[in-house]
Amino acid sequence: MNVRLYIWQRATAAVMAPLVLVHIAVIFYATHQGMTAEDILSRTHGSIAWAAYYGLFVAAAAIHASIGLRNILAEWLPLMERRAGRYAVGFGIFLFALGLRAVAAVVLS
Amino acid sequence: MVHRISGLALAIFLPLHFLALGLAIEGDAKLESFLRWSDQPLVKLAEGGLVFLLTVHLLGGLRVLAIENLPWTNGQKQLATFAAAISAIVAFIFLVRVF
Repeated sequence: MNVRLYIWQRATAAVMAPLVLVHIAVIFYATHQGMTAEDILSRTHGSIAWAAYYGLFVAAAAIHASIGLRNILAEWLPLMERRAGRYAVGFGIFLFALGLRAVAAVVLS
Repeated sequence: MVHRISGLALAIFLPLHFLALGLAIEGDAKLESFLRWSDQPLVKLAEGGLVFLLTVHLLGGLRVLAIENLPWTNGQKQLATFAAAISAIVAFIFLVRVF
């Protein structure tokens, strides 16, 4: 892993640490008395704060996961680093797009 | 290795998680129908596994950041075991609450 990717990996980890803690707290809160679509959407619908929180989370997770995947592909499979990088970038874009779609679904719909 | 496996498992799970939440685009009823499907015991058990993976990856990541950025301390192996134990407890509490 080169220095630039290493810094991105660690920076996104640092950004996500508090986000994951909040996410675990929300999971516990939301599942306490059964989770319904109405409960979820009433909390998130039209909320700029949740949109910003989940938007940042999705961006950081897409970067973090794609760098991690690149490292695993390069180390575990007989792939050239460049090819592993291409697959990882594709996965990161895919994850980012799906994540933004999910955020839009719970905030805008 | 636990950190790597948990990260890989979460990366595989994330697209499915996003697709499930994206069902809200097609209306509340579609998301509600998926959530009722997820009430099955086996799905709840799998969710407990995901809570464990997320917690163990978070704590493992904090351990990596601490090792790299703070002065070295003895007992790093114990910290890893402690992270796994805390994650198991968090997942167990989750399962007790949802069952």
